[in-house]
Parts: sequence; structure tokens; C-alpha cells
Amino acid sequence: MSQGCISPDGKPTERALELLKLLLEKKKLSDLEIAEILKRPLFQVRSSLRELEKMGFIEKIEGFYGITEKGRRLL
Amino acid sequence: MEEVKEIQPMPRIGDEAPKFEAMTTMGPISFPEDFKGQWVVFFSHPADFTPVCSTEFLAFAKMKEEFDKRNVQLLGLSIDSNFSHIAWIMNLKEKTGVEISFPIVADVDGKVARLYGMLHPGESSTATVRAVFIIDPNGKIRAIIYYPLSCGRNMKEIVRLIDALQTADKYGVATPANWVSEPQVWEYTEENTKVIVPPPTTYEDAVKRLKEGYECIDWYFCKKSLK
Repeated sequence: MSQGCISPDGKPTERALELLKLLLEKKKLSDLEIAEILKRPLFQVRSSLRELEKMGFIEKIEGFYGITEKGRRLL
Repeated sequence: MEEVKEIQPMPRIGDEAPKFEAMTTMGPISFPEDFKGQWVVFFSHPADFTPVCSTEFLAFAKMKEEFDKRNVQLLGLSIDSNFSHIAWIMNLKEKTGVEISFPIVADVDGKVARLYGMLHPGESSTATVRAVFIIDPNGKIRAIIYYPLSCGRNMKEIVRLIDALQTADKYGVATPANWVSEPQVWEYTEENTKVIVPPPTTYEDAVKRLKEGYECIDWYFCKKSLK
């Protein structure tokens, strides 16, 4: 299936960068908090989080998301 | 030889919403997982670039605030590609100024449509009927509505149904016929009395359509008055 966070040329999409930058700044946030701050629909935020977590750019600890070293290198 | 008919199980009220993964106009989704905690109006339409569906999408989009107030996420579907969906909603935006700000599932192979019983072969074997599934924040199907291809849905009835379900849950009550959450007048204007002119099926007719004296938003989307 096509992805929402990495564009066909292998670069992170604007949506992914926006989310990673937010996690770099705020450290730990829940999916609801991210949706509220970014003013994006919750389902879209959850989809992005799942994809970025699968690729190792973010991690989920006790319901909160944070950026990983691999995610920092992407920015 | 006896004909063998494929029987598709259809989801019913009270069932868990069947799971699927799909691409939408707003990115990939995992359903209903990504929507947990919100009510969902999951609805199908027969096809992109068709007039009745266009009126429905515009009506849904114009009522976005009402759905937001009720913690409802809209989710559309038709057996069309994501490119077709995108081209259509861009066309609607260009011609009417209305932004379609909810996702539409691209279901080219009809897999999701069959999973949800949105294909009714007696009506059409290739286009989904106008189905509406109201799914609660726990992913359970709470109401189902089916309309045929020829009749556009009443969005205010969908909002009324959500109000009724949310009221029933909150107060442990049931709602009677014609119940509404607060006194209101459903305003209908002359515009509501107009009907859709069947869209042209050839390029030649499409070119002519805009010169035929109908009220057209685009070649495929024209209305007329029966009076």
C-alpha cells in the first residue's frame, strides 16, 4: 500500500516532518495531543504515528510518543 | 446446470465493524482502529464524477461543523481509484468553492464494498449503493441505512440519527418517531425541489450538455426544475 509519510522518491513528506519536528520540540505526546496541536484529524495522526514507529523514527512508551535517534537524523 | 450464487455475509447492527486497511484521499488508514474514540459515518456512493453523489458530498462537507460538534468523523467510499477521488474533489472545489475535508476510501477492487455489503447486485454489480454505517467510538455498528442509486440521502436525518444514538447512550432512553434533540425547522428552499439530469454518456453529448439550458455546475452535474 502507498504510504503517507514517505513520498515515492524516498523523502519524508511534509506531514511526517511536521510530526517529527513537534516530537523533537515537545519530547513526549499522546496521539490526541498531537492531533490537537497540529490541527489534523485523529485518524490521520494515528496512521502517521504507526508508519513512523514501524520505520523506527519514533517510539511509543506507555501511550506517549517520542522521537528516536534515527528520527532526529532525518530532520 | 444449477447456477451457483456467491453469498456475501453482510454486517448487521450490533456487529463489530469489519476491519480493513485502505488508501484514502488523506493517506492510508487502518479501520476501525485509527478511528477509535470517535463516531464514524462510513458511507458509500456509486461513483466519482456523478451528479447525485456530488450533491451528497457537497451537503456532507457543508455540515462538517455539525459532525465535528458531535465527535463524528466522515469516511466515504466508492469503487474508484485514489486519483479519481482526488480529481473529483478538486473539480468540486474548483466549481463550487466547497472543500471536501474528509477522507474517501479508494476501493478499486471492491474488496471493502463487499466486506460491508455495499454492493447490491439487483441494483448494480459494479457500483456501490448509497449505504451509511454509523459506527460508535468502540468500533461497533450502531445503525445502517441503504438508499438506491437514484435517491440522494438526507444529511439532516443522518445527524438526527447520531443525536438519537448519543442521547440513548447518555440517558439510557429510547427516542420516538420524528424525535429531534431541540425544536427546529428544517428549511428547504426552491433549490431542494430541483432534480438531476442524467449525465451524458458520450463525449459528443458531454460537449453539448452545457449548451442545453440546464443549471450546470459541470458537464456531468446539471439540474432542472420539474415545474
